[in-house]
Amino acid sequence: MASESGGLTEYIQHHLQHLVPHASKGGFWAVHLDSIAVSLALGVLFCLWFWLKARKATAGVPGKGQAFVEIILEFVDGQVKDVFHGDRRFLGPLALTVFVWVFLMNAMDLLPVDLLPWITEKFGIGHFRAVPTADTSMTFAMSITVFLLIIVYSFKAKGFNGYMHELFTAPFGKHPLLWLPNFLLNLVELVSKPVSLAMRLFGNMYAGELVFMLIAGLFSAGAGFAGWALYGAGIIGYTVWGIFHILIISIQAFIFMVLTIVYISMAHDHH
Amino acid sequence: MLPNGTLIGEMIAFAILIWFCVQFIWPHITKAIEERQIKIAEGLSAAERAHAELKSADTKVADEIRKARQQASEIIDKAQQQANGILDKARADAIVEINRLKANAQDDIAAMAQQAREQLRERVGALAVQGASKIVQREVDASTHKALLDQLAAEV
Repeated sequence: MASESGGLTEYIQHHLQHLVPHASKGGFWAVHLDSIAVSLALGVLFCLWFWLKARKATAGVPGKGQAFVEIILEFVDGQVKDVFHGDRRFLGPLALTVFVWVFLMNAMDLLPVDLLPWITEKFGIGHFRAVPTADTSMTFAMSITVFLLIIVYSFKAKGFNGYMHELFTAPFGKHPLLWLPNFLLNLVELVSKPVSLAMRLFGNMYAGELVFMLIAGLFSAGAGFAGWALYGAGIIGYTVWGIFHILIISIQAFIFMVLTIVYISMAHDHH
Repeated sequence: MLPNGTLIGEMIAFAILIWFCVQFIWPHITKAIEERQIKIAEGLSAAERAHAELKSADTKVADEIRKARQQASEIIDKAQQQANGILDKARADAIVEINRLKANAQDDIAAMAQQAREQLRERVGALAVQGASKIVQREVDASTHKALLDQLAAEV
């Protein structure tokens, strides 16, 4: 039993290794090539797909593909419209990009957990993690970009003076002694946004991936009849968790999008 | 576990994706959607207008049919009246003609009866003279007893 659990631990640890360049010896620049490759591939897929539909979009009777793209876009646009009362020409596309991209990256979790690593192993690549959103780099990349947009929108909506005034005098008051507490509180509030945004998505996807790996461990957990029984249990468990995970990946993509909209519209609104 | 240099590359990628979406995807699709919305709205209003027009045309048609029916019945009434008038007139004419003919015939009959009476009178006069002459066994001079004879004839 000890050796088996050791095998499972090893299996999971192996699967949690990112693909990094050979030359790097860890550290900051040990970039996760797998996250970058998958996220870029999915980003390009999103762009090409929506761009092709957008290019041929007509006001007449839409094809099924166009209608599908329009449904997604109108859904996102509706969410933006509910929260944000301003020019949606930037925030709409931003929300659409966030939603579709995060969804596609989350959806990589639904691929068999060993499939992409098994394929890349044929090409001599030992470690490959298929889900970019289960990588803090990826989720923080998005949430920090959103954070920068929050800052930009705050300056745009309130001006430099207005924003500084808000940072130092809200919520406690205008007294100079309160400037520092005000600023610290606002700083916490500001920083908590990208952190919570990134960690929520990361946590959900990482945990989901881990559960898939644990279930996949059942496939090689025993021998003889017990082994086959566990194999069957693994199939059922994998299917059930996969179906449940469809809900999770959609909800996480949706939450990331909605919070992005909410944060930016909060920055846009005057206090 | 902590984010590393991957983050910067992916932030750049994210920014490019957002830019691409803003530039090439969003405007086209929203434009198509808005145009379609206008088209659908126009189509609906056109359908409504056509419906209203159809309704008014229907009432107009019904009106026309009612009018035509009324006219037809008026014409029939008039024709019947005319026919009745012609019949009455013909009947009246016929009665007048009959009366006229009857009067003519009565006149003729009266004239013929008069004539016959005259002739009869003359014959009776002659017979009376003959008879008288036979009775008196002698020639009655017609000319001498003419006044008598005429008186006799007038009495017959």
